[in-house]
Amino acid sequence: MRPLKTVPEEGERAGRHRPLRALRQGFTLAWRSLLKIRHSPDQLLDLSLIPITFVVLFTFLFGNAVAGNWHAYLRYVLPGVAVQALVFSSMNTAAGLNSDVRSGIYDRFRSLPVARAAPLIGRVLGDVVRNAICLLVVLAVGAVLGFRPHAAPLSVLAACGLILLFSLSVCWPAALVGLLARSPESVGGFSFVLIVPLTFGSNVFVPTGQLPGWLQAWVRINPVTRLSDAARGLMLDLPLGRTVPISLLWTAAIAVVFAPLAVLAYRRRT
Amino acid sequence: MHAIRAEGLVKRYGRTTALDGVDLAAPPGTILGLLGPNGAGKTTAVRVLATLLRPDAGRAEVAGIDVLRRPERVRDLIGVTGQYAAVDEDLSGQENLVLIARLLDLSRAAARHRAGELLARFELTEAARRQVKTYSGGMRRRLDLALSLVGHPRVLFLDEPTTGLDPRSRGEVWSMIRALVAEGTTVLLTTQYLEEADRLADEIVVLDQGRVVAVGTPSGLRAKVGGQTLDVRPADPSDTDAVAKIVAEATGSRPAREGGLVSAPIEPGRSATVALATAARRLEADDVAVTELGLRLASLDEAFLALTGRGAGRPEVEK
Repeated sequence: MRPLKTVPEEGERAGRHRPLRALRQGFTLAWRSLLKIRHSPDQLLDLSLIPITFVVLFTFLFGNAVAGNWHAYLRYVLPGVAVQALVFSSMNTAAGLNSDVRSGIYDRFRSLPVARAAPLIGRVLGDVVRNAICLLVVLAVGAVLGFRPHAAPLSVLAACGLILLFSLSVCWPAALVGLLARSPESVGGFSFVLIVPLTFGSNVFVPTGQLPGWLQAWVRINPVTRLSDAARGLMLDLPLGRTVPISLLWTAAIAVVFAPLAVLAYRRRT
Repeated sequence: MHAIRAEGLVKRYGRTTALDGVDLAAPPGTILGLLGPNGAGKTTAVRVLATLLRPDAGRAEVAGIDVLRRPERVRDLIGVTGQYAAVDEDLSGQENLVLIARLLDLSRAAARHRAGELLARFELTEAARRQVKTYSGGMRRRLDLALSLVGHPRVLFLDEPTTGLDPRSRGEVWSMIRALVAEGTTVLLTTQYLEEADRLADEIVVLDQGRVVAVGTPSGLRAKVGGQTLDVRPADPSDTDAVAKIVAEATGSRPAREGGLVSAPIEPGRSATVALATAARRLEADDVAVTELGLRLASLDEAFLALTGRGAGRPEVEK
């Protein structure tokens, strides 16, 4: 075994590859946000409560009205609710980032040789893990209520991957909100105004065709609609059309637009 | 070479000028005290030197490295402890330390080792696994200090390290700072406690409204501003008026009365010995008994008052 080295040599630190280093520090900081779950497991409850409520509530609330019986409705609604729950959980990113920036803990990171982007990367990576937990909860509750994917396991996995990827990209606008907001209260208000039309103004709960015409226009361009279509298609072995590529395009577009904006806001704020 | 050096630092926020041409210098292994009331620019100066803020004008060097041109090199050499103790309250003390060590590229084992060392040094070993939100104010500051030391910094910036601490915890933080300096670390310390600057600093820079209003050693500052003060305490409080008159004559300046003590600074140009002798003679002639009669250097409080034209704010001590 090599002897313990407590003091990194100066030159050694400075000479590391930068992008790799930012990523590694990002992982360290993601570990930080996951430690918080371990310290307060009630966060997990928070995390799962929204998806559980959504699945149960919407299945029984709208089930008979929309589909005639709740069993059939569950099949329709579950993949969309998974997308919705993850978009909602991006509020975590906004709130967490906001409180970190205000607490002064980023000042400490910035006074250390820590890559500028590392705290942002860490936040988003940590949130992807939270989102994965959230997704598992939705699927588990669905399974308890009787949701059975019809497709091959690989397809179901692809649906999960697609949803997680989308949630990763939605973290960036959420991060932007968290960085622009002056207080945690305004984070809540801001996110709500953005998230509600995105998730409820979609075909997650009601098929597009049953909606009034003016709403259909919005619902059709809404990325959440596309994601839900793709997730339903993949999980239930329905015709996919171009839903998967369109979803991926949306995912990429959101990240490409909002990640740089978030980084910019982060630089200005810190 | 100076461990800390700043020349002509200027920083404006809109119409407010936080720093208005500040010069600072500290030789290695010393404590430089930055003293001033709230809003004097102390924190802004620290943030500039710690690479957290770019000044609008001026130069700054830490350990001979340009802070503005090579901030990433400077970050390898410094530790910063913030006014609001930027620690992660949801994590334990140990996790906070390991987190910083890992960010500084220490291996998992080395990070745990370093965390253990610092926890022991700052007497936090017992609380190592508890969440920081359960810590007392003093423990939190000690952890904050420990966190800034993970990377063995050569220069340490302490922004009001004892604000809000009770006297006992303050004393503990002081002795830890002294120990660090004994090991060769250079410390820049901001404070609004005159006593703190007096006890710790080798040199004090007094800031007011973004400007340096005085520089010197604690005793030098006292001598420079206050000169000597004559104190007389009458045995019988009803003699206070008579005593005040005598003191005014002897010193040539208006005496202040506080809790039965009459004191006045000796007018510049007047001999302190003569003033003391005059007062003694007059007291004897008028047959006024006193319990205290003497000369002293002005307190740092008085010096501060004279320099900034106001008293130093004394923040409430929280539990």
